Amino acid sequence: MLRSRIIPCLLIHNKGLVKTVKFKDHKYVGDPINAVKIFNEKEVDELIVLDIDATKENRGPNMKMIRNLANECRMPLCYGGGINTVEQAVQIINLGVEKVALSYSALQDLEICQKIGDIIGNQSVVVVIDVKKKKLFGGYDIYTHNGTKKSTWDLYDFVSKLEEIGIGEIVINSIDNDGVMKGYDISLIETIRGKCSMPITVLGGAGNIDDIKKIIKKFKIIGVAAGSLFVFKGKYKAVLINYPNREERKPIY
Amino acid sequence: MIGIINYGSGNVQAIATIYKNLNIEYEILTRWEDLHKADKLILPGVGAFDATMQQMIDSGIKKELNNLVINKKVPILGVCVGLQVMGFGSDEGKLPGLGWIPGKVKKFNENKIEYKPKLPHMGWNTIKNVQNHPLFEGIDFDFGFYFVHSFYFDCDNKSNVLALSNYGGEFTSAIYSNNIFGTQFHPEKSHGNGILLFKNFANL
Repeated sequence: MLRSRIIPCLLIHNKGLVKTVKFKDHKYVGDPINAVKIFNEKEVDELIVLDIDATKENRGPNMKMIRNLANECRMPLCYGGGINTVEQAVQIINLGVEKVALSYSALQDLEICQKIGDIIGNQSVVVVIDVKKKKLFGGYDIYTHNGTKKSTWDLYDFVSKLEEIGIGEIVINSIDNDGVMKGYDISLIETIRGKCSMPITVLGGAGNIDDIKKIIKKFKIIGVAAGSLFVFKGKYKAVLINYPNREERKPIY
Repeated sequence: MIGIINYGSGNVQAIATIYKNLNIEYEILTRWEDLHKADKLILPGVGAFDATMQQMIDSGIKKELNNLVINKKVPILGVCVGLQVMGFGSDEGKLPGLGWIPGKVKKFNENKIEYKPKLPHMGWNTIKNVQNHPLFEGIDFDFGFYFVHSFYFDCDNKSNVLALSNYGGEFTSAIYSNNIFGTQFHPEKSHGNGILLFKNFANL
């Protein structure tokens, strides 16, 4: 049977790997290629790599870095950061990346999802949605530029549009829970799951394997991504790339 | 030598890296004139059916493949859309396929898939080995392989089914006929199982 996916999410900043808390306080955690090598050994289900500088610096993806990553990855790789043209997306797929993730560019111009999908196949188009709880009245706002710019899109309208286009997957990322390691925002996930039938991956908040287990138990087939959990170990957050092995994963799925 | 066909579709480099690490001789072949140099061929493929077929036609690779695979019986392994093009055609497109293995590519029926998410069928799934073929020797069937697709190959003849998987019902996840093999899953992205499958193919 199809299994849920447990996915390390790596952030690239100044060419190194970093981990943030609520999208701030970047902590350097190592070299991206080295991390991929370790995740190969651990046989991770999938990997998400996001260049968090690209959109902010108003530049395109670093193709050389992506090529190096793709050549090393023995697992499916999803890359995001700075993609805003069809050509860039196609080039990234040709470098051996399975999925391209859009965020700001999709919010600016939804049609780009379809244009990219027409060439690389919709299954390889991913949209990452960074959300923060509204201060009043409940609900969520979508943010871009590492949580600094609020989008005018309504979250649920945006998800419905993506469902209409039929993209491959959405990654729903809670800025409030990022790096906090106290568990996922379950009500956010419930709402998104209710609004669409495409694959979703959730990100933001995993503090231990039980947090992941809880999500899989509740939502059955889902992508469960985490940053801090797979790069830190112990109460003092010592940097240690880790991931449950084949046997350890069996009871989680 | 294993020839990995590079016609602008599919993850050529990931397959090349695997053979490099296995110390098995391989070459990435871009021109149809070079395909005959290979003892065995791998046909990767990602993306839409018609786009893939068109690239094969335009590059002259389709014609040469028919010569090598059908007339000269060179073993070939198709991956994902590289498998789907081996049938008569696909619901996804209008162009005819290579027609090597009787069958047609169909879209999954979303109504049969009980829970969300529905499509694409994406992630790690187990496979059921139905033929005990040496291609699958040593494979951990419960660990399975990585899939990402919304269409599957519907074989006309059961004898061509090499493996089955389940997603809203059983579907064919690997096919074969004499020297022709295809996997719907992505062995190049399936860790140890995938490496073993490529090694087994090289040793056939």
